[in-house]
Formats: sequence, C-alpha cells, structure tokens
Amino acid sequence: MFGNLTWHAIPFDQPIPLAAGAFVVLAICGVLIWVWAKGYLPYLWREWITSVDHKHIGIMYCVLALVMLLRGFIDALMMRSQQALAFHAAGYLPPEHYDQIFSAHGTIMIFFVAMPFVIGLMNFAVPLQLGVRDVAFPTLNSVGFWLTAVGALLVNLSLVVGEFARTGWLPYPPLSELAYSPGVGVDYYLWGIEISGVGTLMTGINLVTTILKMRAPGMSYMRMPVFCWTSLASNLLIVAAFPVLTATLAMLLLDRYLGFHFFTNTAGGNAMMFMNLIWAWGHPEVYILVLPAFGVYSEVVATFSGKPLFGYRSMVIATMAICVLSFTVWLHHFFTMGAGADVNAIFGIASMLIAIPTGVKIYNWLFTMYGGRVRFSSPMLWAIGFMVTFVIGGMTGVLLAVPPADFVLHNSLFLVAHFHNVIIGGVIFGAFAGYTFWFPKAFGFSLDERLGKAAFWCWFVGFYVTFVPLYVVGLEGMTRRMQHYDRPEWHPWLLVAGLGSLIILCGIALQVAQLVISIRTRERRRDRTGDPWDGRSLEWATSSPPPEFNFAVLPTVTQEETYWSVKQSAREQMRLVTAEPHYEPIEMPRNSPVGFVTAFFAAVTGFSLIWHIWWLVVLGLVCAYITFVVFAWRDVAEFEIPAEEVARIDRANRQARAEALSGLAR
Amino acid sequence: MSTLRRMCALVIPLTLEGCRTAVLSPAGPIGAANRTILLDALVIMLAIVVPTILAILAFAWWFRDSNKRARRQLTFTYSGRVELIVWSIPALVVFFLGGIAWIGSQLLDPARPIASPTKPLEIQVVSLDWKWLFIYPEQGVASMNYLVAPAGVPLHFRITSASVFNVFFVPRLGSEIYSMYGMTTQLNLQADQPGVYPGLSAQFSGDGFSDMAFDLRAVTADEFSAWAAATSASGPVLDEAGYRDLLKQSQNVKPYTYRSVETGLFDAIVMQRLPPGEGPGSTAPQEN
Repeated sequence: MFGNLTWHAIPFDQPIPLAAGAFVVLAICGVLIWVWAKGYLPYLWREWITSVDHKHIGIMYCVLALVMLLRGFIDALMMRSQQALAFHAAGYLPPEHYDQIFSAHGTIMIFFVAMPFVIGLMNFAVPLQLGVRDVAFPTLNSVGFWLTAVGALLVNLSLVVGEFARTGWLPYPPLSELAYSPGVGVDYYLWGIEISGVGTLMTGINLVTTILKMRAPGMSYMRMPVFCWTSLASNLLIVAAFPVLTATLAMLLLDRYLGFHFFTNTAGGNAMMFMNLIWAWGHPEVYILVLPAFGVYSEVVATFSGKPLFGYRSMVIATMAICVLSFTVWLHHFFTMGAGADVNAIFGIASMLIAIPTGVKIYNWLFTMYGGRVRFSSPMLWAIGFMVTFVIGGMTGVLLAVPPADFVLHNSLFLVAHFHNVIIGGVIFGAFAGYTFWFPKAFGFSLDERLGKAAFWCWFVGFYVTFVPLYVVGLEGMTRRMQHYDRPEWHPWLLVAGLGSLIILCGIALQVAQLVISIRTRERRRDRTGDPWDGRSLEWATSSPPPEFNFAVLPTVTQEETYWSVKQSAREQMRLVTAEPHYEPIEMPRNSPVGFVTAFFAAVTGFSLIWHIWWLVVLGLVCAYITFVVFAWRDVAEFEIPAEEVARIDRANRQARAEALSGLAR
Repeated sequence: MSTLRRMCALVIPLTLEGCRTAVLSPAGPIGAANRTILLDALVIMLAIVVPTILAILAFAWWFRDSNKRARRQLTFTYSGRVELIVWSIPALVVFFLGGIAWIGSQLLDPARPIASPTKPLEIQVVSLDWKWLFIYPEQGVASMNYLVAPAGVPLHFRITSASVFNVFFVPRLGSEIYSMYGMTTQLNLQADQPGVYPGLSAQFSGDGFSDMAFDLRAVTADEFSAWAAATSASGPVLDEAGYRDLLKQSQNVKPYTYRSVETGLFDAIVMQRLPPGEGPGSTAPQEN
C-alpha cells in the first residue's frame, strides 16, 4: 500500500533531525492556524497563491529564498561547528548525518536560495523596467514558481521522512548509484531537483519571451536597462542549460529505478560522462546566478552615483560574451581527472577568458562612480562590498583555472572558499542589494537603513572571517567534506571560521529584525512618491506598490533612461511635463489556481516516486494532467479594468508626483 | 590581561603555521613546480587586483555626496580611451596567464615522467571503501593505508578504484589525481628528502571518507630495500580471495603489509575481471 514507506522512515532515534522536524512542523501549523484565525486565508488565496501577477510571484520567489536561506544557513552553522570541534574527536555529528548536512546545504543554497532569489528579482523588476504589464505567460509563471516550491518541499521533507542524499550537492556516480547509495536520500535529491528544474525552465522560457517580444513602444534592445540585458542572458542560459540537467538526472534515475547502466561501474556504464554532463549545466548555472546580480549592481551603482552607467555598450557586450563563454569551460571542474595536457590547457585558458568581460564590468562600475555623487545607502554598500570581494573571488578563480595550480587546490577548502567568495560576494550580496533596492517598490515602504547597514557590515566582516581561514587550510592541504581530522595545523583556522559564521549569523538576525521593525513602523516609512532612491529606469515611474496593471498607459521610450530625462525636465520646469493621457480600459489575466494545484499533484507524484508507491504515482500524474486539461478548456482568460478605475489610480500617482515637485520648489 | 594572552595564544600559532602550509612548502620537484606556477599567477594578478580594490574604495570615498571638493561629471558615461584600457588590462593579464597555463599544463601533466637518472619506482594504487591499497609490483609486496618510498627516486603511480571515485593526494609532493573504477590514471611524484608526508583522499567517497588518510614515508634507498625485504618476510598474502575481503566496506583501517601479491592483481581490477566494491549491500538495514 505505501511502497517502501514505513515507520522506520521517521528518525525517532536521532534527536537533532527529529527536534528540528518537529519544530518546523509546529511552526508551519502555528502560521496556518494564525492565518486561519485572523481570516487571512481568502486574501492569501486570492492575492498570492492563485495570483498570476509577476510582482506577487516575484515576491513569493524571494520569500521562498529567504526562508530557505535560514534552513541552509543552519546547515552551514552545523558544518562549521562540527569541523571546529572534530579535531582528534568525533564531533557531535556522525558521518551519516554530517554527509546529509553538507549535501543539503549545497543543494538548498544553490537551488532554493540563490536561484529563487535572482528569479524573484527578475520576475518582479524586468516587466516594470521594460514598461509592460506582465510577463508573456502569466499562468506559466505561477506554475513555475509552485513547482520550484515543491522541489524545496521535497528536499526539506527528507529531514523528517527518510533521509537526504549523502553524496554532496552534485550526486556523482558511482557513489550515487543504487549499489553505493541504496537509501531514499538520492531519490529525494533527484525528484526534488527534477521537479523544480522544470519550473525553472518554464520561468526561463517566460522571461526570454517577455524580453524579446514585450517591450514598451520605443524600447529597443539598446535602450533596455542593463538589468534586463543580464536577465536576458541569464534566461537564455536557463533555456539552454536546464534541459541538460534534467536529462542528466533522468539518466541517473533510470539507472536507479529501472536498472539502466549509464553511469554504473558494471555493464559498460561510465561515471565520467555524468561529470561532463552535470558540469555542462553546472558551469552555466554559475552565470545564471551571477548575471542578474551583475544587473542589480549596474542599477544600484548608477542610481546611487547619480549618473548613467559608464560604458553601457561595453556592459552589454561583456554580458553576452559571458553568456556564450560560460558553455565552453565545464572541464575545469575536473582538471585532475587525467585528461591530456592540451585539453586541460585549452579549458584553462577558456575559463580565464571569462575574466576579461567580468573585469570590464568591474571597471565600468568603477568609472560610473567617477565624477558622480555617491550616496552610501545600504544597496550601495552591498554593491561596493561586492566589488571589493568579487575581485578577490575572481582572482582565486583564475588561479584555479591554471591547471597545475588546480592540481594542488582541487576539492580543497581553498576551492570551497573561492566559490563562496563569488557566490556570497557576488550573488547573495547582489540579491540583498536588489531586495533593499526594490523593497519600497514592492511594498510601498522602505526598510530600516540603520539595521540594513549593520547587517551589511556583519555579513561583510563575517564573510572574510569565515572564508579567509578556509583559503589558508586549503593551502595546508585540507580537503572538503571531512567529518573529522587529526592535523593540528588545521584546527585554529577552523575555529576562526566557526567564529566568522557566528558573525554572519548576527547579520541574518539583524536582517530579520530589520524586516520585522520596518513592517511595524511602515506608516512612518511610506514611499508616497514611488521613487524613493531617485531612480533612473521605468519601474520608478509607477507608484509604490505599482497597480496590478503596472502602467496606466504603456510608456513611450525615446532614449536610454527615458524616465530620468522626463524627471529632470519636470524638475527644471517645476511641473509634470507629461500631459494626462487618455485612459482606456485594461485587460489583465485572471488569477488561476492551476499552478498551485498542478504543483500539489507534482508533490504527491514526487513523494510517491521516492517511496515507490506506484498507485499514487499514477493518481498524481492523472490529476495533474486533468488540471492542465481543465485549464486549457477555460472560457474566460482575462478580465477588464474599467477606464475610470485606471484613471483614478493613475491620477493619484500623478498627484503624488506633482506634490513632490512642489515640495522640491519650497 | 588573560584575554590578551589568550588572543596571543590564538594568533601566534596562526602566523607560524602560515609559513608551513603544505602546498606552499613542497617536498619534491612536482610540488615545487606547482607552487611556482601558483605564486607566479597570484603575483601577476595581485598587481592588477590590489590597485583595482584601492581604486574602488578611493573613487567611492572621494566622490561621496558630501565631498565639496570633488569635481562632478554627471554626464561622463563614455570615453574611448578608458574603454580601451579597461578591455586591455584584463585581456593582457589573461594573455600572459594563458601562456603560463599552456606551458604549465604540458610540463606538469601528471602522466609525464620526471626527468631523472634514476629508474622510477612503480607503485599501483587502489582506492577501496574506505582505505588505500598500495602494491609494489617490482618488490612483490603491498601495504594498506601507508606508503614507503625511497627519497630522491621518481615514483610512478598507476591509480584505479575498486568502487567509487577518490582522489589520491599527498599535498607536500604536489599534483593530485582521481581514482576511477575500470580506468587507470597515472601520476609521477618524487620526494626529495626523507620524511613523513601525510596523504589523503581529496574526493568525498562516503561515510568512511574522513579516515582515508595515510602517511607517505620517504626513506633512503637502502632503508627502502630493507623495508621491502622485511615486508616480504612476514604478513598475509594478497590473493584474489584476500582482495574480495577488501571489497567489504570498512573504516579507519590500521596500516599493515602483505608479504606477497598475486601477479596481475592490479590489471585484473582495472580490466574488471574482479567485481567492484560491495557497497553497503541491499540487505543492510536502511539507515535514516
């Protein structure tokens, strides 16, 4: 009846996962009861769960990322404390538990923190910056989000029901094959990532289409903000790379479920093929994450320097160069596998080539600040912190791209320090910069600056205190993923790294406090003008939060930074320079529960596949298909917002801006 | 005062240790060459990176909103000269480093023999769950979880795995390389001076991975001959049956030696005439 699922799947004998699981279950129940008691459930259902509004979906992506950040960071704390304690000792986490923790940490941080965070920011900001009302396929957007959430759910479910993979965040065979990992851990990983990977692919298709086909009148490619360019590059990479991931993991699934021999030791399987395929996705993935962050920095540096971006064309060329080059470097993840000297050298040089466009970007941000009026608001602090940190991470990356240097650093903690250097210093700082930057746009009030700056400094200092020691132990020959060790020279550095992770913990605590306090004092923090940072691109032309249709009338774009130039002439003339437009009714897509319902059945199917509950697999798939059919046969896809309503909302925005101008005059 | 002393106690060993990092204090020609390339590349990049970081901080600070002396150029968004420089700086650095990478890859190809008047010593390496088997085909002996080798003599390793991937790595001697089932990789290393050089697996391979540490003991040539002779005088024999026992998973195996090894055992493993490691076994109770 229940396949392989028995009571043994619940870890009654292991206090840590059991307590953690119980805590999470209680917390979720508590939130649900609170929501139900307060009567928020219909509101949540109407405005969020079934919403196809790109802004709401973008926000939900970011919420998912922030919640998962807490989970992934707890794993990080456990790893750092285990390694700090496990000198000549067993520590407090036995190998079978420790191995799950580092696997879950990597999986969650990449797939369910970094990915949803950048996708959320793109989802929120790209249509606003392009001057359009929504993405190309609003319902598909909702499906994509909920499938991503299902992946996160399955990975977290493994904490309480069964186990997670003990193979590292990329399940290299033969270790991940049935012969060496007979448990359900790898299956949780595979189905979780397969399902969320489909969701990510949908988002990629959606945003590529949006950027290519749905720009405001006059918004030619070379007038798009750089964030839209980097989003385009990132989503092109998603469309090209995620099918590779899906196919590779599907092959491993066939090995594990149906006795195929793609990557097995026996019967002609070849595990090296998995390494090549997974990194053919894995290296572009790094740029999928960091390119949108580069876009955020471009917006932030320009805005807070009070200048247009320096070298816009260079930025665009550099972005697209990175997009193409990222597919030509995957072999540098295994120089030490014994490929010939020529192969290693070619891939090494190809990897270094990426440093050229990336270096150009750094210099362009540098010259954007040159001659500007730099305001050190917290998004700008993240951006400057990023520039300093990322230069170092890029340098160690190029170092690892030199094959003979990689021969002594591969898989060491030096490598671990390097990729945290670029992912924290690049992607996460960028995500936080974007979060602070667009928060007032999304919610209509700004985040507390003092706490935000304090959080930045904790993250910045904590990052260095954690990862500089890891660079050093890497040079001392310490490899990654050790559950215990007996080398005295490693121990002091790992203690310092543990301390550093506590400093980052303070940063996260400050961010939680920032969010809570800002919500409580939101009335004082209202952004009435819609343009709290003196922004330059079209999203700042809307009110905060923007109406569901974003723009009452699609803006006509006449140059780069159209909004900035309109704003400048309005300031010079002390009045609104655009006449009130002629308002027309607007058609918007109707909300749809199809994403949530499909994802629910995807979760059921994934869970029953993991536990071999075949009847439930069939039931889940059939129900998901029925959901799709019902959606496809819907009669009314859109609803109309009457012209008067549009006029009322837009006049309020114009009124606020006019008042702001007269405030400027006084 | 006691806080100060405690801080000193923490900081002083840190600075002392800094001078003795394994990768930066190599004990053989390969490690020394790895280090040279690593440091060369680092210095070349630091020459660019340090000024860049300083410029970021200086520009941000000088052009701060409140600085009245800063000259604002709010329309400075393009300069052909600056563009030329910002593209050429990284391009030239990469051009230079690319040359180093190309030449270095050729010279330090792990399969490339070390130029030496002395004939290299052959050592066959098998990674098992979770232990290292070292076979000396010329001496006809084998050792478990420790290596003895003559200093000053090139060592030619042929490496394979009996089950999952591992990486054979002796940090102070230099380059590491994967061990993979059904395949051999080759590695040439040399220890210049007698001494004990810790080695480990640098690729996570399962629950017993952390204990896959071993010592490489470099001794004089005479001591090595004496060790080989003494080893072949006592201890168990490694034949096919003995090897099949090793295929069972075991952790933290104490070092020991075999007095003789069945001829062709290593090739039988590589050619898959012997089965792969057993893994935890499907009958084992499922762990949570």
